[in-house]
Amino acid sequence: MTVTATPSLSGLPDSAAGLRTFLHGLPGVDKVGVEARTAALGTRSVKTTAKAQAIDLAIRMVDLTTLEGADTPGKVRALSAKALRPDPADPSCPPVAAVCVYPAMVPVAAEVLAGSGVHLASVATAFPSGQAPLEVKLADTRDAVAGGADEIDMVISRGAFLAGDYPKVFDEIVAVKSACGDAHLKVILETGELSTYDNVRRASWLAMLAGADFIKTSTGKVPVAATLPVTLVMLEAVRDFRAATGRQVGVKPAGGIRTTKDAIKYLVLINETVGDDWLDPAWFRFGASSLLNDLLMQRTKLTTGHYAGPDYFTLD
Amino acid sequence: MFEYAPAPENRSIVDIAPSYGLFIDGEFAEGKGTFKTINPANEEALSEIALAGPQDIDRAVAAARRAFESWSALPGSERAKYLFRIARIIQERARELAVLESLDNGKPIKETRDFDLPLVAAHFFYYAGWADKLKYAGFGSDPRPLGVAGQVIPWNFPMLMLAWKIAPALATGNTVVLKPAETTPLSALFFAEICRQAELPPGVVNIVTGAGDTGRYLVEHPDVDKVAFTGSTEVGRQIARSVAGTGKRVTLELGGKAANIVFDDAPIDQAVEGIVNGIFFNQGHVCCAGSRLLVQESIAEELLASLKRRMATIRLGDPLDKNTDIGAINSEAQLARITELSQIGESEGADRWSAPCELPDRGFWFAPTIFTGVTQAHRIAREEIFGPVLSVLTFRTPAEAVEKANNTPYGLSAGIWTEKGSRILAVADQLRAGVVWANTFNKFDPASPFGGYKESGYGREGGRHGLEAYLA
Repeated sequence: MTVTATPSLSGLPDSAAGLRTFLHGLPGVDKVGVEARTAALGTRSVKTTAKAQAIDLAIRMVDLTTLEGADTPGKVRALSAKALRPDPADPSCPPVAAVCVYPAMVPVAAEVLAGSGVHLASVATAFPSGQAPLEVKLADTRDAVAGGADEIDMVISRGAFLAGDYPKVFDEIVAVKSACGDAHLKVILETGELSTYDNVRRASWLAMLAGADFIKTSTGKVPVAATLPVTLVMLEAVRDFRAATGRQVGVKPAGGIRTTKDAIKYLVLINETVGDDWLDPAWFRFGASSLLNDLLMQRTKLTTGHYAGPDYFTLD
Repeated sequence: MFEYAPAPENRSIVDIAPSYGLFIDGEFAEGKGTFKTINPANEEALSEIALAGPQDIDRAVAAARRAFESWSALPGSERAKYLFRIARIIQERARELAVLESLDNGKPIKETRDFDLPLVAAHFFYYAGWADKLKYAGFGSDPRPLGVAGQVIPWNFPMLMLAWKIAPALATGNTVVLKPAETTPLSALFFAEICRQAELPPGVVNIVTGAGDTGRYLVEHPDVDKVAFTGSTEVGRQIARSVAGTGKRVTLELGGKAANIVFDDAPIDQAVEGIVNGIFFNQGHVCCAGSRLLVQESIAEELLASLKRRMATIRLGDPLDKNTDIGAINSEAQLARITELSQIGESEGADRWSAPCELPDRGFWFAPTIFTGVTQAHRIAREEIFGPVLSVLTFRTPAEAVEKANNTPYGLSAGIWTEKGSRILAVADQLRAGVVWANTFNKFDPASPFGGYKESGYGREGGRHGLEAYLA
């Protein structure tokens, strides 16, 4: 198999062998060091006005997600309504960034979200395993886009990646990107299955070279989902990729981020590593479901001075 | 832009008395005069401290000598109980002591809370564990304590250095007269209270406060059996001269000018963190600081760009703010020395770059600074600056890196950054430094011995090796 679409960026790989040499030539990641760095940043104390600012930003970055076999049109309509008005009691609360659903549910969500500015993301490409023929993956993608999705969250073939078949992974991303048309492409690396930080860095570069608009940690369907160190490695990758090519790519940790405290740690991580340019829903998203209610609860606490019970926040 | 709101730790959890006496024989006593200790972050006086004269040292050493009889006769398991008790009290009062240390020293609360105080308690726990196992430590079947230890410690890690000195001394059955640095006496005086709280027998630990003269009386006192000093190489030399021929045992932990070597196959992002941690930790007031960055020429430009970008995010300011990375320089005199050496660096032709940060109006502050274009012939590559100033040199081959790293009168620590395991082992083997860190820097553990080559001193502190200095 050969690389069909080659990045025209000078100094970057333009062949299968070049791809391997390039990815394996990236600086290594020291596990102890990267984990120590995120642990240290995790002790930042974000209070009062800074916390209020962080909570609103985090809400605006949420990809409100439901990816269950039990999803129904009713459930998806409810979730989409919540995306538009997360806190019905407080009109100053911003909407979330996007709603994320399976392709079959895209038309339902599209109806609610139409014209709202809230994006509609759909997982595609035989999510979550990615173990399907390319034609199936492309059809999946085209269906989602045709149904109204303007963001596609694809999964890479981890099996091919771990087998060292980088061109296969690369070509799939290129093909899906092309099937996306104008829709933004988020590439899910499933970092929990890649297992090492070196792999995460290589997969990040591979996805970006192939045309990803966003790189995303996880499907949320395997035991290890988003972590701070993995996200840091990916942030460093998008920073270095922009320095090398001039093109900015977004980052989306997904899975396991449930509390405001967690979300703020991610914002601190962006703030102190790649900086302001990524502190924006256009370049950073949280793939989450239960996170939103915790953000709303903390937001209400900051404005009113006391915690409201869970029944004051909508379940969907 | 995401600005953090101020997040100050609560100052009122520590109650500093308006004045403190000398701690001799379990009681606080007046000295021959007083001096003030100030908060270097705002220059406000914190307390008035007794100044110990020769007679006070006589009394303190005599008290330690009296206490030695019964303390050294206690079974190790009984001494261990006191040390465990002290360790637990330190843990219980850790937050208070962290604030105190930050106020008196100027270092950020983040470091006193997450580094100094946990390690202080860990040292007491560690040596408490040795107290009843000395026969099995490898120093003979019946190792004996030396007697009275005169210990003089520096201002950079006031309470941690106290723990490094006192914990092994007490575990082995010695008694102690300790002099903290004149700019940071408070945590030692709080430790005196902790000794009382732990009901440590009077005279086992004595704390005498004062400046250089007080320290000299102590180390020159004829009834002191063992001298332990951490501080400058200059004072270390004077001590070595003064105890020569007296039969006193000596350990000296002195200055350093550590090489932090970054090879072209290093994990670059983590190496940048390691460089920052190596030189800007504790305002660079660290004897084992990685103050000479040796970077392979082929990646120098890229690495320095990353380093500057990272340095621009360092947060300098109020030491009590939980988000502060760099606090105040400990004293006006130290600030003057850092400033002077930096000016010499500039006048010798090195390129100076400081992180853009606003320095507070009052107190002693110095922005994190790097010098590039430094060669072995520059004074800033040879002399210990003991501040947040990094000298950057380049090398071409591993052999050159080793040669440059070793080309210093010091030899306390070194760092190696490479993803290649065989290179770590080969280079570490050739470096003449007491501690060599690989893909990390400034990591400490009570179980690990610490000490230097050449003008960085002699003797080891910490670990099993640290017992030897207190046993005959």
